[in-house]
Amino acid sequence: MASKTRTQTSHADKSSLKTGAQIIVDTLIEQGVDRLFCYPGGVVLPLFDRLYDAPIRFINPRHEQGGCHMADAYARASGKVGVVIVTSGPGACNLVTGLATAMMDSVPIVALTGQVRTELIGNDAFQEADTTGITRPVTKYNCIVKRIEDLARTIREAFYIASTGRPGPVVVDIPVDIEVDKCSVNGQAGMNLPGYKIRTKGNARQISTVARAINNSERPVLYIGGGIITANASEEVRTLAEKAQLPVTTTLLGLGAFDQRRPESLDMLGMHGSAYANYAVQECDLLIAIGARFDDRVTGKVKTFASGAKIVHIDIDPSSISKNVRVDIPVVGDAKEILIELIKEVEFRERKQWFKKIADWKKKYPFSYDRQATTVKPQYVIEELCRQTKSEAIITTGVGQNQMWAAQFYRYIKPRQFISSGGLGTMGYGLPAAIGAQVAKPEDTVIDIDGDSGFNMTMTELSTAVQYNLPVKVCILNNGYMGMVRQWQELFYNKRYSNSSLVNPDYATVAQAIGAVGITVDKKEDVAKAIKKMLAEKKPCVVDFRIDREENVWPMVAAGKSLNEMDGLDILESLA
Amino acid sequence: MFSPPILRPGSGQVYWRVLATGFKNSIIGVQKMKHIISALVENKPGVLAHVAGMFAARGFNIDSLVVGRTEDTGLSRMTLVVVGDDRVVEQVRKQLAKIIPVVKVQDFAGEPVVSRDLMLITVSTPPDKRPEIFSMIEMFRGKVVDISQKSLMIEVSGPESKIEAFIEVCRPYGIKNVARTGTIAMPRQAKTEM
Repeated sequence: MASKTRTQTSHADKSSLKTGAQIIVDTLIEQGVDRLFCYPGGVVLPLFDRLYDAPIRFINPRHEQGGCHMADAYARASGKVGVVIVTSGPGACNLVTGLATAMMDSVPIVALTGQVRTELIGNDAFQEADTTGITRPVTKYNCIVKRIEDLARTIREAFYIASTGRPGPVVVDIPVDIEVDKCSVNGQAGMNLPGYKIRTKGNARQISTVARAINNSERPVLYIGGGIITANASEEVRTLAEKAQLPVTTTLLGLGAFDQRRPESLDMLGMHGSAYANYAVQECDLLIAIGARFDDRVTGKVKTFASGAKIVHIDIDPSSISKNVRVDIPVVGDAKEILIELIKEVEFRERKQWFKKIADWKKKYPFSYDRQATTVKPQYVIEELCRQTKSEAIITTGVGQNQMWAAQFYRYIKPRQFISSGGLGTMGYGLPAAIGAQVAKPEDTVIDIDGDSGFNMTMTELSTAVQYNLPVKVCILNNGYMGMVRQWQELFYNKRYSNSSLVNPDYATVAQAIGAVGITVDKKEDVAKAIKKMLAEKKPCVVDFRIDREENVWPMVAAGKSLNEMDGLDILESLA
Repeated sequence: MFSPPILRPGSGQVYWRVLATGFKNSIIGVQKMKHIISALVENKPGVLAHVAGMFAARGFNIDSLVVGRTEDTGLSRMTLVVVGDDRVVEQVRKQLAKIIPVVKVQDFAGEPVVSRDLMLITVSTPPDKRPEIFSMIEMFRGKVVDISQKSLMIEVSGPESKIEAFIEVCRPYGIKNVARTGTIAMPRQAKTEM
């Protein structure tokens, strides 16, 4: 997106005058927007009137939060910028959770919010809120447009900022008088962002240092995050892992960046990561982090994290480097560009002993569960989903146990396949995310693996899926609890289940009332059949799996523990 | 995370106390140093709020923050005095640079700089003590800018240490009011002390 050159402003005749609303629509189309999540309201009516005839597909969520999550998942599934348009005050306020979710997970969103008339700002006008003030900490950038001449440029800048560097959400607040005001079309300047510089090319000397470290390493581990997906660098990671023989572990958001069927895959690391990934990280002599940010759910106790290892960190965001963990060799830049250079310099090295050790851990502590149980085990549901969809569905999740099981028991083979709220941990993300992903990928099977509590939060969006014929599938792992809260209460609060159990509606009936298909499964032998029926369904479909109520997620690194101090290993070992 | 500003009795200095829970552990055992950080920012609404909000959200301490226009109408300069170990200050610098309207960030630590603070101070001056005070003002190269029966308003500028020394010498006479700008700084071109 090169910045446009300044064009003449003189001699604008009447016919070339455009309203702000028209400028917004034209700029959106210029930016390639063809899908839009929007919720109308008082101060955006002039804009919605212009949008009415635009060649854009609109999705109208039931709540702005849902709309923001949809735009977020649309962006994650497609790699494009998600766009959401809402009204002032409550409309803008309702975006906050969605923006914070996108901010934490570095997802490009442009949110246009209506604002009261310029002269009313600050007067506590009807549906007025200080949108830029409220959203500043949860956006990469935000601003209010106070002159129509700045409108097109600001929207262009918003797209550019949202989608480049470390991506993130951008809010542009537009007072209603700017929408109706007129301006010469030619009076639109190019971008002007003197404070926004992105370093994409990594320092060549640093890259060589990394290559040498890899070539000299006996026990390396490659630790990759969502940045690999953002940078479209999965292919390069595969090549590097293959060429240099590096075991690869991914963060939650990195799932899909590395084909989990490959022999180098260690699956996910961290609090509920695989024992073999966590052991490998703790025992490695070189940890190469790419597009990951050493989140506390990944590192466990920071002091003992990979304490014997030299740490390499490749990231586009300089502020990520040495933020949580002191890094020995930092490289700032675009993961793909750096990997291409790095691959040239690394050598093949077998590392038989290291892989043998990892294979032993894999054999001893695989992700497992009681396969003989007569109850519906959530892990079994997910394994069956994976089997029937041949590992090819797009999976969205809620937050908590359902999310961890979805991360552990589905096998991800390609990027943009796993869509989940990692950083913020936003319950209720699953269903709107599935809708957004389905909009991006109409031909794909999109499944929301959700918990009952998370589904309760945003299930209203099911009617959005019905209205727009988006055949999303929802698998509720229903245990009548906020499962992860209950697990912590069981383990750390003496089984005092304070406010964590729920009386839920009958989800199949709810789904049917909304116009979707609803299925209830309470027997293990019905699981496969129900999934088959669900996958064949052309309508949105909700399957309510009444799972084993007190199933836990294992292994688990309790808060404050080191990554190798996992609970539940005895359970996994006995089931292996 | 913010406790309200606490007015230190006598000095009139405002201290923002920010709880830095996230950084506490990393700070222990590491030497904290005063850093003067200079940030060139776009002259846009919300920039100050963005910078101040970032400091609060990330638990960094600001000793002082000064904003003023520059020769370019589109740009302002913020001068921040931050206390922390190298790692914290490095994060401050990076987080500042990450803010989009922030154009350039410099940390002057270890560089020869000229740093100045401007103070207006009102001191009680019984007539018999005036000569004494005048000689002190001269010593500090201060200026009397207002005079009344019972007090003098004095303007003093200089490095922070000088300002603080002047406050101390005034204290016995009774300080009525203090207003300070906070530190502004610029690196020396020729790397020699003048």
